Amino acid sequence: MNRDRSIILDEAERWLFRLILLVSVFLAVRGHNAPGGGFIGGLVAGAAFTLRRLAGHTSLEELCGRLRPQALLGAGALVATITALTPLASGDALLESAVWSADWPVFGKFKLVSAAIFDVGVYLAVVGFVLTMLVVLGGSDDENDGASDGNVRP
Amino acid sequence: MVPFLALLLPLALALTALLPRCSVVSARIGSVALAASVVWALVSASDGGHWRWVWLDELGLEIHLALDGFGSVMVALVGGIGALILWYSTEYFPEHRSYSRFVALFLVFAAAMSGLVLSADLFSMFVFWELTSVTSFLLIGMNDESASARNAALRALLVTGAGGLFLLTGVALFQIAEGTTSFAALAESEGAGAMFAVAAMFALVGALTKSAQFPFHFWLPGAMSAPTPVSAYLHSATMVKAGIVLMARLSPAVDHVDAWRWTVVVAGGVTMLIGGARALRQTDAKLLLAHSTVSQLGLLTVLVGIGHPLALYAGVAHLVAHAVFKAGLFLAVGAVDHAIGTRDIRELSGVGRAMPVVAVLSIVAAASMAGVPPFLGFVTKEKVLAVLLETGDGRSAEMIVALGFVVVGSVLSVAYSVRLVHGLFAVKPGRPMSEVHHAPGFGLSFPVVATGAVTVVAGFLAGWWGDLMKTAARSLDDEAKGKLVLWPGFNLPLAVSLVVLLAGLMIGRRTPETPGPHRWRLSGEAAFQWTYDGMLRGSIAVTRYTQSGSLVAYMVVVIAALAVAVGGPAIGLIGDVEGDVVFADSAVQVLLVALASVFAVAAVVTNGRLAAALLAGGVGFSSAALFATFGAPDLALTQLLVECLAIVVILMLVRRLPTRFDEDRAWLPRTVRIVVSLAVGVAVAGFALATSLSRTAPSVGEEYLVRSAPEGAGNNVVNVILVDFRGTDTLGEMTVLIVAGLGIANLLVHARRRHARKVEA
Repeated sequence: MNRDRSIILDEAERWLFRLILLVSVFLAVRGHNAPGGGFIGGLVAGAAFTLRRLAGHTSLEELCGRLRPQALLGAGALVATITALTPLASGDALLESAVWSADWPVFGKFKLVSAAIFDVGVYLAVVGFVLTMLVVLGGSDDENDGASDGNVRP
Repeated sequence: MVPFLALLLPLALALTALLPRCSVVSARIGSVALAASVVWALVSASDGGHWRWVWLDELGLEIHLALDGFGSVMVALVGGIGALILWYSTEYFPEHRSYSRFVALFLVFAAAMSGLVLSADLFSMFVFWELTSVTSFLLIGMNDESASARNAALRALLVTGAGGLFLLTGVALFQIAEGTTSFAALAESEGAGAMFAVAAMFALVGALTKSAQFPFHFWLPGAMSAPTPVSAYLHSATMVKAGIVLMARLSPAVDHVDAWRWTVVVAGGVTMLIGGARALRQTDAKLLLAHSTVSQLGLLTVLVGIGHPLALYAGVAHLVAHAVFKAGLFLAVGAVDHAIGTRDIRELSGVGRAMPVVAVLSIVAAASMAGVPPFLGFVTKEKVLAVLLETGDGRSAEMIVALGFVVVGSVLSVAYSVRLVHGLFAVKPGRPMSEVHHAPGFGLSFPVVATGAVTVVAGFLAGWWGDLMKTAARSLDDEAKGKLVLWPGFNLPLAVSLVVLLAGLMIGRRTPETPGPHRWRLSGEAAFQWTYDGMLRGSIAVTRYTQSGSLVAYMVVVIAALAVAVGGPAIGLIGDVEGDVVFADSAVQVLLVALASVFAVAAVVTNGRLAAALLAGGVGFSSAALFATFGAPDLALTQLLVECLAIVVILMLVRRLPTRFDEDRAWLPRTVRIVVSLAVGVAVAGFALATSLSRTAPSVGEEYLVRSAPEGAGNNVVNVILVDFRGTDTLGEMTVLIVAGLGIANLLVHARRRHARKVEA
């Protein structure tokens, strides 16, 4: 626990974190028709985790619980690659878009484009990248783990 | 049906063999399956089945297997000897932890080798060729705890792998010159032109490396660090024959190339002599056999490559005979080694009495190798001499040279056969009798007996055996013909044979058991080591020179390259520039650019790291705002978010660095850095300006705007471009992101661990 942690930031983070994550999903989902998309959504989600880090949660467990950044990177690659390759099975070109439309009783007409699934892969990979950076670079503020011995070249 | 038994069955079994508990069972099933492929190959030889799998139609590349006469004999050889050796292996190393790996690799190899001998075009053969190289590497290095085994495996892989590259070049050149790599089509073509000859020579180099011919003969004895079953199968009976198979298939098409014939005769002849002479200096029975294999491969190279249909027939016949007796000898040496615990002929004594069955059959095999009647080796050796001695139109200068090599080589092969038999089995006065610790059981004896039986029976059934070989040779070259006879009557070849036997016997009895010091050495090994070390040293030197480790140096190189790459085209476009430059759309834009410039100048001038990081971020935020004024919300949003995260990441790094830049430590003088920075700024700006003002084709953006909704089913064209139109780019960028993330994580974790160790120490 860091002595200099700000109580205001600490408290604000509790609900801001969830809110920002929600916004990130919203941005990612609507991205196909309005500003947003997987990359932007992933960056916003990354910002949520960055806020958490700035509020003083430095360890991996505090930052993201049992989630592993590397697993996110891998999952992103997997989702994107599978989506990209699937059209090949039916003889179409790589990344050829498929569109499924359905009428839902409450939500009304809903259209799913396969490219949106590809975007989920992008989202996961970006979040994984940001989390990786936070974990490996953002070690605790307190301990001096010796990386800075003043001899680093500019 | 063609590929099923020979290729798929072993592959399927290889998978089950990987389960540790199933490996012995898999070995036995695999042995039976390989034996079945012998029956299948011999029964269906006449139907000449073809099997094609088109891979790249545009380039004419396909896997084409054909079961012709030669192919079926070779499959029978690969399957038959494979079956025996796999059965042998169950007793040779039971319960070893790597046995499952051995069985799996062995079966994969058997499949690859079957594919190689069935290949009807050079490309297919190349594919299986490389597969056998890889399995050979893994099998030589099976004892992966031994450094010498690993080195030998690596050396064999490098030599045969380099040869494989030559072969690939040959494949490409044949394809360019003739439009095909099919052996049948190549044989029909004229084969005129320099490119055809060059292609043939490239393929020949590949064949010489694989079959351990001079100057590449050194890797094969090294490969003897493999377990004996591996050596017997890969490095005597089958894989090293791949080069011979290639030459046999190709030679009817290319034997009009003079360089081909002479290279074959000289390389094969020199190898015959080097291998034979070295075999006489070995005290390890297995190494003796390895060198004798090198020597016999030289003989086969000469026969199948010389471009004479009768010699080709003799070569095919001797190829099979050699595989049979050499496999038997290897297995016998393995059995002695297994039973007594050594295979050094200086330590063995009286093994013949202790292991009579193995001894008798080894003597049969060795007699066959030496060319003693009435065994198969004698029959084929007589045929070789008869062909080379034959006077007539077909006799050329290179055949006379070849005859000389063959006679001397045969003397040596008699001599090393004598040395082997005497060394392994004789009672040597003044030396304690060797004790048998593990008497060989059925598993070890049966394969030795079986190969010995083939040697004897085929010798007596020479006529029938010869017809079988004729079918094989005829499928390579229509003019190939010949007969095998057990007793040709008193004629010139027999007289030569007798002289050879007597001379060899004398030399063999007189060579000292312990060899004297080396007097001369034509060492391909040293040449290889020298080249290998030189390449390593060279690459280290180049790496040291180019990878200085200074971040600033890397940045300067990258940025300067960028300046040149975009500055050059920008200057070239100046002539095409037309239209006016719009200075700004609104006052806000002017303000934002001014703001960005102030941030940029301040970031450069400031001395504090933290300030510099924040000011650079300020440049980014200004740009994001600028994008927004141009009506690009996606771009602006992305820029904003990236900038935020970048600043946080930079701040995390900055806390570990000195708070101020230290001018004295800078790697490059300030002026150089300023010049490079200004150059790249001017170049990039000029490039952007020049390209947008000299546009000739309509912007691709217009097209995307129209196509976005109907084709990409999205109204946000930026996103549709990212995930659909240019989705492959995104996929590539994602991969870079992921690799970079994992790379940074691993580097930092590694550096921290090293630091922690240093602190502890």
